[in-house]
Amino acid sequence: MSAAVIEARKISLTFQTADGPVHALKDVDLTIGKGDFVSFIGPSGCGKTTFLRTIAALETPTGGELSVNGMTPDAAQRARAYGYVFQAPGLYPWRTISGNISLPLEIMGFSRSDRQERIARVLDLVDLAGFGGKFPWQLSGGMQQRASIARALAFDADILLMDEPFGALDEIVRDRLNEALLTLWRKTGKTIGFVTHSIPEAVYLSTRIVVMSPRPGRITKVIDSPLPPERPLDIRDSPEFIALAHEVREGLREGHGDD
Amino acid sequence: MSRTLPVLTVVAAILLVWYLGAIGMNAQWARDQAARAETQLTTSALIADTLTQDRPVLPAPHQVAAGLWDGIAGQKITSKRSLIYHAWVTLSATLAGFGIGSLAGILLAVGIVHSRAMDQSVMPWAVASQTVPILAIAPMVIVVFASAGVTGLLPKAIIAAWLSFFPVLVGMVKGLRTPDGMQLDLMKSWSASGPQVFWRLRLPSSLPYLFASLKIGVAAALVGTIVGELPAGATAGLGARLLSGSYYGQTVQIWSALFTAAALAALLVMLIDLIQRLVLKRMGLGG
Repeated sequence: MSAAVIEARKISLTFQTADGPVHALKDVDLTIGKGDFVSFIGPSGCGKTTFLRTIAALETPTGGELSVNGMTPDAAQRARAYGYVFQAPGLYPWRTISGNISLPLEIMGFSRSDRQERIARVLDLVDLAGFGGKFPWQLSGGMQQRASIARALAFDADILLMDEPFGALDEIVRDRLNEALLTLWRKTGKTIGFVTHSIPEAVYLSTRIVVMSPRPGRITKVIDSPLPPERPLDIRDSPEFIALAHEVREGLREGHGDD
Repeated sequence: MSRTLPVLTVVAAILLVWYLGAIGMNAQWARDQAARAETQLTTSALIADTLTQDRPVLPAPHQVAAGLWDGIAGQKITSKRSLIYHAWVTLSATLAGFGIGSLAGILLAVGIVHSRAMDQSVMPWAVASQTVPILAIAPMVIVVFASAGVTGLLPKAIIAAWLSFFPVLVGMVKGLRTPDGMQLDLMKSWSASGPQVFWRLRLPSSLPYLFASLKIGVAAALVGTIVGELPAGATAGLGARLLSGSYYGQTVQIWSALFTAAALAALLVMLIDLIQRLVLKRMGLGG
């Protein structure tokens, strides 16, 4: 495994609620290397999204140590270490697709010519060249989500954090976007953290699969994928794929056995 | 065509009810006059009389139309009998008050959205201010300003602002709070500053709400101005026109002033609607 990009040591996060403390994360240990594609899978409440948010400094752990690119998550956020993609595209309806991709660049103070160059490049990367002048409502859901990925890529962060980015899309669009995401990952060499509910999606995309379980949110299993980086869609019918999916399902079941 | 027919039907129905009302309400006076002159009125003569009285209880539509025409086109616009002159006096105070009120509403909303302390301390007072009857407040405002030597436009504008700031405040608070957690998280993930979040996310999100509340606000400002013109013994403005009409039993004058005020309010709301369309279309929100 290559150099560690994200290192978590005994990360805990406890929310204080009216019904008492909720242990969203407990003693999470994980190292993510440069260029890894890591999926987080588990049932609701297992802390997969929360863990992704702590990496992004959108939540602060109540215990443990977390470093992103060798910095604290806060410092990494200021250093533009990551781009974040949510389940909904979250595009501004009053901005064109180009305008939306331009938004983080404006906030980060890129010059106008630099912005235009970057917008053109990432639109190309997500296969949306020619759609920059359209408004979000003129695009399909899948295209909108691609635009939001372009927005996350525009400022050249090494890490891409994706929280169920294709969860709201239908399966056909989802397959296409999964394929496109793999191509994009191979082309750019980004480190990707990917939260999902779907076993086939996790197995198809990842170099490593992190299985999590709830109450308290924790990692129950980390599975390294034996699949090659080059993955056509029909790899999902191969025995290796099916065996891996089975292993993930077993891991999920074990996690539930603790309840 | 399919839309003009229902509209004309409704207008015709209103006019019919109005004429019947005028005949019914003015008939007593016509009968009394006839009794005093010891003559008998035929039904047709009675109806004709009810629709042509100088000081009817309820003037007939054509009398109000004539009054409006005379007030608008029949006078020099500098004349004290010109409705254009009075409408302008009211309009200028309305616009001044609307400007002050909207600005206050927007600024307070920005403060309330950004400060929990302001949310808890300002909002109750804003609500309380609207529960006070404006008819009770207006004379006090006029008197206080007059004692300080300020008369004319400003006191009326303050009353107009009093009524118009509230809808703008409520609408703007709602609008500035529309961005959801995800959109705010995105901004945070880019380490955006507070002003960047405000100018690029909160403010544009709030504009549809702002325009809706500006329409309510401008109509409220007009009401506020007219109420402000009533107790001042003001000699100019639609409110003064209403008051002097009621002193002298000039019902046609009252109704003419009322219609002018209604037309003015409709015009102002339409103007804001037009600006709203242009702005939202430029923002790509027009659909």
